[in-house]
Formats: sequence, C-alpha cells, structure tokens
Amino acid sequence: MRGDAAMFDYSFAELSSILVMQGFAGLILFSVFVLMALGLAIIFGQMGVINMAHGEFMILGAYVTYLTSHLFTEFLPFAYPAYFFFAMVFAFIVAGALGLFVEWIMIRHLYARPLDTLLATWGLSLILQQIFRSTFGAREVGVELPDWMMGSLNVTDTIEVQINGLFVMGLTVAITAAVLVLLFKSRWGLQVRAVTTNRIMSGAVGIDTRKVDRMTFGLGCGVAGVAGAAFTMIGSTGPTSGQLYIVDTFLVVVFGGAQSLLGTVASAFTISQSQSALEFFISGSMAKVITLLIVIGLLMLRPQGLFVLKVRR
Amino acid sequence: MASDDINEKTGLTSPLRRQLLKGMAAVPAMAAFGGAARSSFAADGVNTTGLAVSDTEVTVGILHSVTGTMAISETGSVQAEKLAIEQINAMGGVLGRKIKYIQEDGASDWPTFAEKAKKLLVNDKCASVFGCWTSASRKAVLPVFEQYNGMLYYPTFYEGLEQSKNVIYTGQEATQQIIAGLDWVVKEKGAKTFYLLGSDYIWPRTSNKIARKHIENFQKLEVVGEEYFPLGHTQFNSVINKIKLKKPDVIYAIIVGGSNVAFYKQLKAAGFDLENKQTLLTISVTEDEILGIGGENIVGAYACMKYFQSLDNENNKKFVEAFKAMWGKDIVIGDVTQAAYLGPWLWKATVEKAGSFDIDKVAAASPGIEFTGAPEGYVRIHENHHLWSKTRVGRARKDGQYDVVYETADLVEPNPFPKGYQ
Repeated sequence: MRGDAAMFDYSFAELSSILVMQGFAGLILFSVFVLMALGLAIIFGQMGVINMAHGEFMILGAYVTYLTSHLFTEFLPFAYPAYFFFAMVFAFIVAGALGLFVEWIMIRHLYARPLDTLLATWGLSLILQQIFRSTFGAREVGVELPDWMMGSLNVTDTIEVQINGLFVMGLTVAITAAVLVLLFKSRWGLQVRAVTTNRIMSGAVGIDTRKVDRMTFGLGCGVAGVAGAAFTMIGSTGPTSGQLYIVDTFLVVVFGGAQSLLGTVASAFTISQSQSALEFFISGSMAKVITLLIVIGLLMLRPQGLFVLKVRR
Repeated sequence: MASDDINEKTGLTSPLRRQLLKGMAAVPAMAAFGGAARSSFAADGVNTTGLAVSDTEVTVGILHSVTGTMAISETGSVQAEKLAIEQINAMGGVLGRKIKYIQEDGASDWPTFAEKAKKLLVNDKCASVFGCWTSASRKAVLPVFEQYNGMLYYPTFYEGLEQSKNVIYTGQEATQQIIAGLDWVVKEKGAKTFYLLGSDYIWPRTSNKIARKHIENFQKLEVVGEEYFPLGHTQFNSVINKIKLKKPDVIYAIIVGGSNVAFYKQLKAAGFDLENKQTLLTISVTEDEILGIGGENIVGAYACMKYFQSLDNENNKKFVEAFKAMWGKDIVIGDVTQAAYLGPWLWKATVEKAGSFDIDKVAAASPGIEFTGAPEGYVRIHENHHLWSKTRVGRARKDGQYDVVYETADLVEPNPFPKGYQ
C-alpha cells in the first residue's frame, strides 16, 4: 500500500480518506438508484405494467418542491428551513393522485395488453413533458434549498461528507422500510402479494383486484414523486429532466428481477458500486459502457434477473 | 426568482397573441398576394432567383427547437431573432421591405431539422434562415443549405472545423472562446495545473482538445486529468473525489444541459469553495444555464464568453431593455441569445450592401460587414464567415448574473481551422 501511494505521489492519509469518500459516493449513488427504482419496481413487479412515464412523475415531484419553496418564501418564511419535508409530502400526494387518475382513465383498460401500456405510458410521458413546458416554461427552474441542507460535514481534516447525500440515504432507508412494512405487514400488502401471485384466485376469494391495482399504481407514482423531490438536491428540474433517470431506473429494475423488491435493492447496490468504482479509475463515459456490458453479460446468464419471486401462472 | 413561473407564462402568451394578430393581418395580405406576384417587376432587380420577396415584404425562416430537450437552450435564440426582426421592421425593413418570418420547430431531432430546412428553402423560398443550436442540427441542415443554396445564420459558440458559403457563424468558434480565457487564468491566477471535464460529444471533446494543446504546447503547463460523461449524467461524486485528490489549480468544465445542474450542486455539496479557494473556468454556462443551476451553487465561477448581460455599454442597455419589454422583466440573456440577435441585423446590412436578396450576392458581400449596434460592442464578418469579436471573462454572482472581469483589448480573429491545435 505504501508503495502504491508513493507511486501515485499521494500520502497514505490522502489515499485512505479518498477511499472513504469514494465509498460514501458509492453509497449515495446506491440510495439514488433505490429511490429512483422503487416506484417503478412496485408498479412493474406487482402489476406487470411498464410505466414509461415514471421519470415524469418524478419531475412532477420536483416541480411540486419548486412551488412549495415559493409558497413558503411568500407566506411562511419562518418555516422555510423545514419546507423540504412538506414538499416531499405534497409531492407524494400530487404524484400519487395523478397516478390514481391515470390508472382510472388509461391503465385499467390495458391490463391484458402489456405492449399497449408501454406505448400508452410513453405517450403519457410526452403529454406530461409538454404540460410542464407550457406551465413552467421550457427553461429549467432553480429549486433553492435551505442553507442547512447544503455543504458538507468535516469528519476529519480530509474527509468530508455531503449533507444532502446523507439526507438522500436517510430518506431511502425510511421509504424502503415503509414500503416493505406496507407490503409485508399490512392487510393491503397481503392483498397485493396475493394478486401478484395469482390474480384469478385472489378475485375468487373476494379481493377487489381492481382496487388493489389502483392503489398499487398510485403508491408507485407517489414514491416516484418523493424521489423527484429529493433529486432537486442533486439534479436539474426541467420539462425533460425525467428522461435523465429513466434508463438507469429500468436497468436497476430489470437487473434486479422484476418482481422482487429485494432484487431491486441488490441490483441497485451492484450497479452503483461498480459504476462508482469504475468512474474513479476510468472516465465517466467508459465506466457507463463497462457497467452496461457487465449487466448485459449477467442478464444473458440469468435472464430472470438477480432475484425472482415464485409466481404461479 | 419568486415569480419565474408566472413570467414564463406571460412570456409565452404574449408572443402567441402577437402571432395570432399577425396571422389575422396576413389574411388580407394573402388575398393581395396573387396581384403582388404578377406585378413584381420592382422586386425583380433585387431578387433574380425566385426567393419569396415582394415589393413590400421579404420572407425569412426561424428554425429552432421549441419542443424536446433542446427547447431549454433554443428558446432564448428564438426570442432574440424575433426581437431583431421586429426592430428592423420598425425601422422600415430591409431594402424597404418588411420582414415576415415563418417559424418551424426542429423538435430537438436532427432529421426533423433537415426536413424543415428543406421546407423553408424549397416551399417557402426563404431569403435567409436564422436557426439551429447544436452542432448536430447544423451538420444535419448543412447539406440542405448547400444543395438548395440557402443562407443560414447560426448563433451558437461551437467547435469550429467548418466553413461554408451558405452559413454565417455569429457565435465564437472554439479558439476564440478558449485561448484568451486560458491565457487570462494563467496570468491572473498563476494557474499551473488543469483538470478538463466535459459532456461526451463533439463540442466539449474538440474544445478540450484545443485547450489541452494550448496548455501543454503553448503555455508549457500541465493537464492532470481529462474526463467525459454521457449527456444527461447526474452523478459526479466519483470525479469530484478524483479532483480532490489531484488538486488542480483550475477546473475547466464544458458540461452541458441537465448534467450542469447536477455537477455544480454536487461540487458545492462536496465543499468546493469557488468563491475563495478553487478556480473554475467554464465555457458552457451562460446566464440561461444559471437559472437552472441556481446562483448560490455556482457563485464565484468564471465563464469565458463574448457577451454577458451585465456588459456596460449603450447598445447593450438598449438591447436588454427592449428584450425585457418584449419577453418579460425577469428574463435573462445569455451569450448565444445575443449572438442570435446579431443574425437578422447582419443579414440586413449585407443585403443592403449587396443591393440584392440573391444568396450568391449576399454570400459574396458578407466579408467585411460590420454591425456597430451589437450589444457585445462591435462585430465584423471575417472572410471565413465567422465573426471578429472580443472575448470576455465573467465571474458568476449569486443573483445569476456575471461581473465582467476581463476583456481582450482587440477583436479576436476567428480561426475555425487552427494550425497546431488539431
């Protein structure tokens, strides 16, 4: 190790602190991926609907955050430092409500036709983009954050930990836990799992499968909205910003195995760690290429993804 | 900031209303068009190739993306071109003819750009076209303009390595934007080491290549890293760690689009203090981009451009005032927006010097055309169809504007095929 350090002209302390920060960068990326993919995984996994408008639901959350920040500066300036928490709640409600509406007007008519939902939700994404553009303008909007969320904590002289990174990590843990509890401990979760495993039989024993579907779709969209709100800390908010996240999101969900939330988490971890480590040693573009190649290779060996839930068909 | 959304709204509705009014006004004009076409003797002398020129009107095209990803960037250019056209018309038009524009949407899609360019030239017979933004869209329309002999005024700073009889480049080519900025940062900040960053496509790659050649071969200094990221990349923590390790004197960033926002937010969160400790020089962040990034995230960074909204001269004061009067008081004006504004004015001057709308005559008359009313000061068209213009360095303020900290003493010669830089 000492030899390596000398070779690169860096001190051991410098290298080890970078190693720590690099590990932390990987964890942030991991949290971001989980947060992005969670909503999609719920919808895709439980209902088999591929929601191409997922990115737009996220950006809806980001715009809600933007509006909330203005609302607080105008009317409740004293509560401004805490506005972000309200923004996330609003984002969940607005995106979730839109999700429920979309399910009612569009998705429910297309359940037996997966390819048609793909096309319909893609159309929906275009419609939403244009609505954002007409409402908020074609330019990106700047979402201001309270001061306490910016900057970094100095753990030691050389190790700095980003506050917004910590925030995203905490949020990811909280939301993942909430979703898992909802799915595995609540009565509604039991119904969702029953419908996923065997839709017809669930209907026969008296579960209202349509209602379960609608709530699931709404929940997935709501979670996407919260993710979008959180991403105002690290990314841009514009009509087409949702497109920036969609590829990574699908990558994580497909690689993880479509019907397993655990798979989603595991795949987010694998992809984020390999990408973040590769980016440190080679350039950003090449890191992406190699990450994609690894994923493709693994999917060829294991087409069903990392984890798979047993489903009776 | 507080009323951005509202102003964007008025910014959109007022041109719409204007367009509707214009559309209504065009109805009687269309009825008269048959007559005008028959009695177009007067137009013959200034128009021997069948362009859409009547005794009272000349038709031009505006070709930008107003939908899709690039709408973010191109909106400003459309606004500037419309303002210039309106002002020229208020002054009596070009050769006594009012300018009428046909606007087409390239929709951020390069084949669409080519198709619409063909429509503007072949069907509409536009006497000139103001448009395109990305190099990809320009490359897509270039063969169309050369085949059907049209005239394109292209506003964006770009990588150079191109020159066409049918294009006037009103933005800077790469050497104009890069070299003066690097010289300044070395002289002023005593910079010795550079870390080059860019989005992964032709403009940042070519620009960084020129920057690297200049740093290594001419300034004899050191580049300690060079990295590219896919367009739309949103995670920069790994590279930020690398920068922390290498401790470059200057971060030289050419990141574009949504990635820009992510990069500066994450840089700030990682504890980089652009105001006091770290020098960062960019050629891809104008006042337009800062709207999305947020002034508080980029304050202290240096940008090398030819125009900043805060430029203190009479032309610019009038321009900014007129722009705000037309498009809303909170609007910002970036480098490319100003370059787009030059297009119609340069075309007017050229047509009046040539005494004709014919493309060949306009192309031939272009070199040497001056525009003293330019918001950036004074510009002149070079033989190679690029502009002589000054290069400036600005420092980002918290309110999203730049303080101009340096400008070249003389106009910088455009050099799209720089020797020793390829």
